[in-house]
Amino acid sequence: MKPLPMLRFALRGLWRELRSGEALVLFGALAVAVASMTAVGFFASRVSAGVAREATQVLAADLRIDSANPIPAGELAPARNDRLRRAEEISFPTALFHGDRSQLVAVNAVTPGYPLRGRVRVAAVPYGPAGAIATIPARGTVWLDSRTATALGLRPGASVRLGATRLRFTRVLAFRPDQSVGLVSLAPALLMNAADLPATALVQPGSRVTYAALFAGPPAAVAAVRAYLRAHPDPALRVREAAENSRELGSAIERASRFLNLASLAAVLLAAVGVAMSARRWAGRRIDGVALMKCLGATQRFVLGVALAELGAIGALALLAGTLAGAIAESGIAWLLRSLIERDLPAASARPIAVAAATELAMLLGFALPPLMPLKRTPPLRVLRRDVAPPRLRHGVAPGLALAALFAILWLMVRDTALVVDLAAGIAVVGAALAAAGFALVRLTRRFRGGVGVAWRYGLANVSRRGIASVLQVVAFGLGLMILLLLAVVRGDLMREWRASVGARAPNEFLINIRPQDAPALRRALAALGAPDAPMVPVIRARITAIDARPVASLHFASARGRAFAQREQNLTWSADPMPDNRVIAGRWWGPADYGKPWVSISTEYRDAMHLKLGDSISFDVAGEPLTVRVASIRRVRWDSFRPNFFLVFPPRLLDGAAGTLITSVYLGPRARPGLAELARRFPTITVIDVDAILAQVRTIIDRASLAVQYVSLFTLAAGVIVLLAAVQATRDERRHESAILRTLGASRFTVLSGVAAEFAALGLLSGLLGAAGAAGTGWWVAHHLFALRYAPDPKLWWLGILGGTGLVGVSGTLAARRVVGTPPAQSLRAEA
Amino acid sequence: MYPGPSGAGLALEASGLTKTVDSPSGPLTILADVDLGVRAGETVAIVGPSGAGKSTLLALLAGLDTPTRGRVAIAGTDLGRLDEDGRAALRGRQVGFVFQSFQLIPSLTALENVMLPLELAGDPNARVAATAALTEVGLGARLAHYPRQLSGGEQQRVAIARAFVTRPPLLFADEPTGNLDGATGRRIAQLLFERNRAAGSTLVLVTHDRELAARCDRIVALDAGRVAG
Repeated sequence: MKPLPMLRFALRGLWRELRSGEALVLFGALAVAVASMTAVGFFASRVSAGVAREATQVLAADLRIDSANPIPAGELAPARNDRLRRAEEISFPTALFHGDRSQLVAVNAVTPGYPLRGRVRVAAVPYGPAGAIATIPARGTVWLDSRTATALGLRPGASVRLGATRLRFTRVLAFRPDQSVGLVSLAPALLMNAADLPATALVQPGSRVTYAALFAGPPAAVAAVRAYLRAHPDPALRVREAAENSRELGSAIERASRFLNLASLAAVLLAAVGVAMSARRWAGRRIDGVALMKCLGATQRFVLGVALAELGAIGALALLAGTLAGAIAESGIAWLLRSLIERDLPAASARPIAVAAATELAMLLGFALPPLMPLKRTPPLRVLRRDVAPPRLRHGVAPGLALAALFAILWLMVRDTALVVDLAAGIAVVGAALAAAGFALVRLTRRFRGGVGVAWRYGLANVSRRGIASVLQVVAFGLGLMILLLLAVVRGDLMREWRASVGARAPNEFLINIRPQDAPALRRALAALGAPDAPMVPVIRARITAIDARPVASLHFASARGRAFAQREQNLTWSADPMPDNRVIAGRWWGPADYGKPWVSISTEYRDAMHLKLGDSISFDVAGEPLTVRVASIRRVRWDSFRPNFFLVFPPRLLDGAAGTLITSVYLGPRARPGLAELARRFPTITVIDVDAILAQVRTIIDRASLAVQYVSLFTLAAGVIVLLAAVQATRDERRHESAILRTLGASRFTVLSGVAAEFAALGLLSGLLGAAGAAGTGWWVAHHLFALRYAPDPKLWWLGILGGTGLVGVSGTLAARRVVGTPPAQSLRAEA
Repeated sequence: MYPGPSGAGLALEASGLTKTVDSPSGPLTILADVDLGVRAGETVAIVGPSGAGKSTLLALLAGLDTPTRGRVAIAGTDLGRLDEDGRAALRGRQVGFVFQSFQLIPSLTALENVMLPLELAGDPNARVAATAALTEVGLGARLAHYPRQLSGGEQQRVAIARAFVTRPPLLFADEPTGNLDGATGRRIAQLLFERNRAAGSTLVLVTHDRELAARCDRIVALDAGRVAG
């Protein structure tokens, strides 16, 4: 038969095939995998497209130069081009006050002309409709975003205090082109006129301020500035261009979407198990028909062609249905993360469909094809002799194809060869552990068979008899439940443990930019607020220039953190003693005799990021003065103590004379906190950072993100249901036979159904136990190894796991098997005859 | 020597047909040196007790299995020279089957089951021919019924319609009444012989029903894998 009639023949059979359960489960498994992949893929592509669309305006300029120091107007010769427009932007975090309330904000003071590219959008009221505006805030006024205005209870026209001055809040800032360097903007934004900045007195030597010079104009003029900067490299300047910015953002988004992809990976892998099981059953059910067709004249090519065409058609339909479901599910992810992504997202690209199609193809080739391949060699003799079966595939072909498909799927989902190898190893370990635990649990059911009624005995007997299928179902659901419990329960427990370990009276306010002359008065003021022991730690800023006499610009740093250390200014301090939450793990801390020696103590993070060891020499530029020191000791720092801590600490007397500020952290009780407003009025240069508020925001982000992961994990449960349906199908004939025998022997339909319900309830209970144990174990491991916390699982974890598993598996399994046991016994027995 | 006619023009010809299989107690000969010649239009019954090798002989004659030794030719074509696909194609053109267990595909309707061999042969008028064939066996009103909705006798009628729809010169029937009660079996046998006569086909029938065998032109008896008479 020619290919076309063969295809027609296959397609005509398709509807019938889909009505048969096996093909429907195969379709469902593929559709769940496609849906979970496209949901994440569409979301990532929409965010990426959003970023790409704004790439030209995210800098608010064609070229932007960032520096920790003011950039003099005359410094860049080609910038004095009449056709080149220029604006300045000065950014720093500080507290904004209104009455007794305060709020940490990111101040952006700008000069006229800002933004050079893109438009600022403002609204009249918080969260109101926004429109573009062509000016910057008038002198004496500020524009605040909706979050800040709401937090401080501000209405337009209200007066706010910023450092040493008062400004009037006139408009709500809805959008500024360069508002987000990443997807998530932590501190709410404030836009003000740069001319008002001196009156605030917030910018002091040593303050953590970023100065930006923005340029826009004809490409040639911009290129001239770029060329000049390349020819006269200044390590203190960071030149940023739209393309580079978009690249950075792109890789951040790729990392985030890879993470969500991992959440959908569990669903895809379980779906692959479902594909393998249902395809096996599907192929098994075709054997008789194939034997007959060969008897009636069908060739091997025809038999295989029809099977492949039907498989391809099922795959295509699943791709379509899965993509539709994925698109609907994507809007759920976007809705859950709406508060983190402050942009309108454009439409998704079609690329995720291509990736899902490729993954689906890998699933089909790796898991569905092997059981179908021997079909073509079905002996026609089978029409006369039922015991004749197709020869098995050559040893190793099926596992080889499955393994190749597994690697292809992993690679398609994470696009990182090293990660694929790690993941495959991880999957093997987790899979083996879950399977071993599942096997032990299934074995355990044998012990309980003696003491239960007939329905339960029948159900439990089935669980242990269908050993491998039972283990597979327990693992499939256990994995899904484990992920959900981990995110929903264990994460919250760990958060609370961590808060408890930090201590109720851990510092909750950081005060930075303290001028040395204000320190005694501030200490007294803090003592009056109930914080008598505020440590005043000196801070100066410096930039690393060389390691072992080799300029850092010529060195390569593997980590992003290392590159950031090399490029940006660092806060550093000096101290006679190590900080209380620091432990010297290598080298020697200095004694009084060593004061003034060119030594430095580095933290383990700095050592790792900069590839340093004891005795290495590091050169710094400290406010224009060169300084070369040797690594004398390495410290392990507990950063979550909320006390001032530093990557770099020098001995006393080495940095005498360098202009700096002081920093402190204190615990203020709820009653003392309103006093902060008065403090900020008295010491206008000090910036108060509210740790609680930042933690609350971080928590919001983690909550939202993990909600999105939980949402994606629902696909894992859907895939678990598919595996269960496939398992029910695999045992359908057996169940029908058993049910017929039981009913012939006098069992009521209710008794038989109770037995089935008992079987699935037992499987669900075991899955719940496995899921809860897995979540508790993972929680313990994370607490113990990553955070050095104690962790005792919440009893809720076990109840939720067991009830959730029993309910979910018990109900869906019983429903799936209901029809089989409902077949009248005479009909079942006659069909078998 | 062949039981029956020999020479050219035979519809079916077998010589020295032997089938040996491996068993736990060593090689087991199921069929030994069977020679058989069937003329075009002749009806032959193969009879014998259970385990005599009747079904094995049928499988070898129809090319569903390959002999350990010996040769089979259908309409002069040596099956041993064809590969599996070649044998399938030959069956598609030359051979029809009726089985004891009907062998209908449960997911296909009566009409679709009868259309199947025509479609495999690429016949564009499969539907029309299959409808006519079912009408001829008295099932014109049950075209859209699935096998499970038909009685045993009706299912075997569908199988007979399917066997004759391609107008095969050679028909193999394996215990065609074995799964049916006496009265239904007789009606089915009647139908089978009628259709065979109308089509002018050669019929090779395996049965242990003496009455059915007696309707054939010739009876070949098998015992312990050998032709007994």
